[in-house]
Amino acid sequence: MLFLFRSRCHTATKSRPSAFFSTSAPPPSISDGMPVQFPMRNEEKRNLSLGGHVGFDSLPDQLVSKSVTQGFCFNILCVGETGIGKSTLMNTLFNTMFENEEASHYQNGVYLRPRTYDLQESNVHLKLTIVDTVGFGDQINKEESYKPIVDYIDTQFENYLQEELKIKRSLFNYHDTRIHICLYFISPTGHSLKSLDLVTMKKLDSKVNIIPIIAKADTISKSELHKFKIKIMSELVSNGVQIYQFPTDDEAVTEINSSMNAHLPFAVVGSVEEVKVGNKAVRARQYPWGVVQVENESHCDFVKLREMLIRVNMEDLREQTHARHYELYRRCKLEEMGFKDTDPDSQPFSLQETYEAKRKEFLGDLQRKEEEMRQLFVNKVKETEGELKEKERELHEKFEQLKRMHQEEKRKVEEKRRELEEEMNAFNRRKVAAETLSLSQPLKKDKDKKK
Amino acid sequence: MADVGKTPVARNEKTNSEFGYVGIDAILEQMRRKAMKQGFEFNIMVVGQSGLGKSTLMNTLFKSKVSRRSLMTTEEDRIPKTIEIKSISHDIEEKGVRMKLTVIDTPGFGDQINNENCWQPIMKFINAQYEQYLQEEINIERKKRIPDSRVHCCIYFIPPTGHCLRPIDIEFMRHLSKVVNIVPVIAKADTLTLEERDFFKQKIRVDLRANEIDVYPQKEFDEDAEDRIVNEKIREMIPFAVVGSDQEYQVNGKRLLGRKTRWGIVEVENTAHCEFAYLRDLLIRTHMQNIKDITSSIHYEMYRVRRLNENNTQPNGQTAIHANSVPEHEVLSHEM
Repeated sequence: MLFLFRSRCHTATKSRPSAFFSTSAPPPSISDGMPVQFPMRNEEKRNLSLGGHVGFDSLPDQLVSKSVTQGFCFNILCVGETGIGKSTLMNTLFNTMFENEEASHYQNGVYLRPRTYDLQESNVHLKLTIVDTVGFGDQINKEESYKPIVDYIDTQFENYLQEELKIKRSLFNYHDTRIHICLYFISPTGHSLKSLDLVTMKKLDSKVNIIPIIAKADTISKSELHKFKIKIMSELVSNGVQIYQFPTDDEAVTEINSSMNAHLPFAVVGSVEEVKVGNKAVRARQYPWGVVQVENESHCDFVKLREMLIRVNMEDLREQTHARHYELYRRCKLEEMGFKDTDPDSQPFSLQETYEAKRKEFLGDLQRKEEEMRQLFVNKVKETEGELKEKERELHEKFEQLKRMHQEEKRKVEEKRRELEEEMNAFNRRKVAAETLSLSQPLKKDKDKKK
Repeated sequence: MADVGKTPVARNEKTNSEFGYVGIDAILEQMRRKAMKQGFEFNIMVVGQSGLGKSTLMNTLFKSKVSRRSLMTTEEDRIPKTIEIKSISHDIEEKGVRMKLTVIDTPGFGDQINNENCWQPIMKFINAQYEQYLQEEINIERKKRIPDSRVHCCIYFIPPTGHCLRPIDIEFMRHLSKVVNIVPVIAKADTLTLEERDFFKQKIRVDLRANEIDVYPQKEFDEDAEDRIVNEKIREMIPFAVVGSDQEYQVNGKRLLGRKTRWGIVEVENTAHCEFAYLRDLLIRTHMQNIKDITSSIHYEMYRVRRLNENNTQPNGQTAIHANSVPEHEVLSHEM
């Protein structure tokens, strides 16, 4: 279904005239004759100081308590090669053993496996969805590896968009599955990013918030790590990959966020096993040469990741997903479908008008196709009927022929029988005649003999 | 290749106390910070005949001169010949919480000799606000935060006759309770004794029930048992008998808002005198967010459903509803 609308993706779309009640429009009148005045909406705003305690400072509390009853959704996408430590890191981050079997390395392609869990901490209910990329990086030909991931993200946006466009919708009960954060696991080679990493991240950076992390960081020494991080960041910048920047516009978190921005990518180690260090049991990995403690900031950046991801910026991640990535998707999708804000005559379109027109067209198409198919069906039926009739006729003919042959044969046989009967009769007569003759003859014969 | 069809399975709840603190509940603090930064909006409409104390009540509620009357310096105090709709916005702040408060006044309501269809212009205004929000929402390039001008709450002032609801009251509330949250109040309640007040309230509640008028808090939107208990208590008190005042007097050594008469001082915030405090608590301190939620998730959605269905059933060629003008009144008379 091609539309001839000019693509407006790239030109700056001016917003529609903002004055809602324009003074040039005539005041709307009601049929009973009582004219009504709609004045210009008074945009005067003043800053007032209150004479006493009014009480609306409880509004944030009211808002928060409503959110608590509703519950929260958070969706994490983990992209990384098989065996790089995605599941372990999730277990470590959320202090829970999410049920997981180890993935095999022999997948034909990449597929995404989402799993939803209900977590609760104090009075907060979190619906956490962890999406795993199974088989990523295992194939010999990895050209198409990024596609299932992009498709999955788009599908979640699409589902939300469909819900939003419905007539009877329930956005408040909707289980939001849009991916809020993509953790990209980088192999700890110590050199640089792999081309698969660059390609995948480039495809994902406009669709989702990306935080790159260096997995299994206990295989890299401190000095190598420092160089590795610098190399990675410079490669990302030079390839134009937009990773998620922790927001620095809110004074409460500006300091911590900007310092964390400098530590990207985070070098993490995950573990759910406990090891006794000193007199405490901490989560760590035990090696013959020492113990790597997960929550020790000098050993790895796990604490930083947890801080940023959960304790400081979770809400911002959700907001960015909705306000930036989803809006971008929505805009492109709607423009692709042919909707615009203004038509070539710069008269504002109603989305519903276009939608309605589109729908009619679509229904018309459907009807036409239905007609075609019906015609086809009718024709086919006629054909087959014709063939069948033909065959029937042939069979009849054959039958007739056989019948005639049979009749023929019967007649012949009858004739033969008659002939035979006649012969028999003739023979009998002769026999009788001969017998009577012989009866009278023997005297003669005897006489002859006696002679 | 992507196995996106796998439906996520919600597992059983797991508590996280085994290993230590994760920090999920920090999201509450994050939300609070975001809300404080963004600020809030609240749009309140007052409807009632002139002289019932609407402006004074608004000033009392928000403890500042928010009403239109306080801003009028040279305009004569006349009763307009037609219903006008005037809205004034204020930015107020309390303890770091910023709010854009819009008070929408309807001078002229109920003041004419013939008040037929007096509710229509108000209904039109409310629908126009929904329309504006809808148009913004279905834009392709839309703003990050759609400015919310929808009327969240409409306070309807009932004159203290002491008898029962008048036909104009019933007509108005019957039509408008379907599109907006209505909070009916008995104005100038200091003219009624306590017994008269109780009788009046009883009568009003009976009238409301008889005419199937659902005022805020609506029974059908109670979310759970807890909600219902709280809301039942409120429903027993509706309509609130209020007295407004923006003058302070000395009572028992304290400075209080009140009305001074020769037979005593009516204390506005004293619950034994009038129910202003309950109204304020309901509107501002406990249910403001709930009021906004009901407006956006129920009234607005109903309007949207109606509107989108209208478009679908319109045959080709009819006058379309243009995006940026007030909808033709044929649509409105297509009644709810």
